[in-house]
Amino acid sequence: MIIPFLTEAFFLLGSIGFIWGLRLLSSPETARKGNIYAGIGMALAIVAVLVVPLGENPPNNYTWITVGIAVGTVIGYLAAVRVAMTAMPQMVSLFNGLGGACAVLLGLADVLHYYDGSKVVDSAGFLTVLLTLFIGGVAFTGSLFAYAKLEDLVDDRKVTLPQHTLVNLVMLLGLIILGGYLLMRGEDIGQEAAIAFMVVSLIYGISFVAPIGGADMPVVIALLNSFSGLSGAAAGVLVDSQFMVVGGILVGASGTILTVMMCNAMNRSIWNVLIGGFGGSTASAASATGGSVRELSLNDAAIQLFYSQSVVVVPGYGLAVAQAQKICKEIDDQLSANGVDVKYAIHPVAGRMPGHMNVLLAEADVPYPKLLDLDEANQALASADVAIIVGANDVVNPAAETDPGSPIYGMPVLRVWTAKSVIVMKRSMRSGYAGIENPLFFHERTRMLFGDAKDVLGKLSSEIKTL
Amino acid sequence: MEYFFSFFLDNLLLIYLLVFTIILGFEVIAKVPTVLHTPLMSGSNAISGVVVIGAILLVRRTDPSDVLTLSFGVVGIILGTINAVGGFVVTDRMLEMFRKKKK
Repeated sequence: MIIPFLTEAFFLLGSIGFIWGLRLLSSPETARKGNIYAGIGMALAIVAVLVVPLGENPPNNYTWITVGIAVGTVIGYLAAVRVAMTAMPQMVSLFNGLGGACAVLLGLADVLHYYDGSKVVDSAGFLTVLLTLFIGGVAFTGSLFAYAKLEDLVDDRKVTLPQHTLVNLVMLLGLIILGGYLLMRGEDIGQEAAIAFMVVSLIYGISFVAPIGGADMPVVIALLNSFSGLSGAAAGVLVDSQFMVVGGILVGASGTILTVMMCNAMNRSIWNVLIGGFGGSTASAASATGGSVRELSLNDAAIQLFYSQSVVVVPGYGLAVAQAQKICKEIDDQLSANGVDVKYAIHPVAGRMPGHMNVLLAEADVPYPKLLDLDEANQALASADVAIIVGANDVVNPAAETDPGSPIYGMPVLRVWTAKSVIVMKRSMRSGYAGIENPLFFHERTRMLFGDAKDVLGKLSSEIKTL
Repeated sequence: MEYFFSFFLDNLLLIYLLVFTIILGFEVIAKVPTVLHTPLMSGSNAISGVVVIGAILLVRRTDPSDVLTLSFGVVGIILGTINAVGGFVVTDRMLEMFRKKKK
């Protein structure tokens, strides 16, 4: 009696650890403790599942379990301590995929046992098996494909078929029909049909991520995160573990909220993101931005920054690519020493996953109260002397507010043009990730500094030293 | 329809658990500020490693002669553990950077 009580109590404590941990994640001061609580929750559950009574003399296979946990721990730990912070989106994608793959394996084992008669499953149970295969399958292959995209292993344009949306819809419809048929006539048509269902789900995962790319990556990662959680919850119903259901649903909720936030930050519906990328749209050829750009000398830029009251830095993914966070922080220190108020304006979709830019700046020792979100940043920008844009483009595009023909019209942007002057640091005049012209570069208050972000910031820093 | 009604009545506790966890999840997570979205994602990602629990149950129940199921289970344990351990460790690494910057 005492063993079943203790194991179930551990599962309950583990669930509380997850919920409490997520709650503590709502403030930077307590977040680390929260993550540790969630980790302890997981550890308690693993201890419990190792000793929970399973009928008369279960085979147990403790050697295999130990081997599995040991191998997984070593690989997971090494991957986690070695990954660069710029590569976090890839890492999270890969981990999402692993969770999904694990759920697929559990579903597949159930399919095999259902057909060889070693496990009795009612139709609600079989529906859960199918859901596990589908959600887990999409999370698995979709995440691996998203990983390949983030690593630039595949070219977005080359993996998109003509009429790709239609192909996806047909595949989804096919899955629904096959699934319904399996539910009604499952025993008669044999396990091949169930395995076919799994294979099509796996293909669908790739096909569903294929046309989405570029600036939409944060949405995809958030969505796949939610899928990996939901597949865990479905598998939890399968093995009758309330603990897994609670954990999976919490992840599903978190992924869903982030997906919605990312979509709002781009003023697009989730449907719009899923059926068509920015890249393909040729909408705004009309907004041909005339005029010429004005360049600024490094010396002038240094003087302007050093003798201003307040500076707002707008970092984009270009900053991260150039690994320029540290040198950016150095300039911040130089300016702050002269009494300049330096803040950072972070757009919700800056970087390639939700909150990515905040992590990169935190890594460079920028204190988090200096990181402003969209609303705070727009207030700060209105009274700022200088807005300096480092490797960002679409998130500071005034066309989002002024040009109804622009593909990003209506997207909330950082209103840098309300600052007294604007310095744009950019590699070249090429358009951004989304391939849209930016009239900001031709604005009367804008001056350009061309070059690699790290290189230019380095020179700027030495110029400031001479002042 | 009849089947649906009886399913609902038979699984009332599970349905309560699902509904309340969804509500709780949304309430707790909506409070997380933008600054912490990446750690939230990698932390919740680690939690999705709960599938490892299912994989362990599967292996414990599988007869050693059933090599196929056993290998599914062991691979599942490896993948789930990577997801959980890697996720928690990398989140801790990130959050440490946020903490030491406190003024």
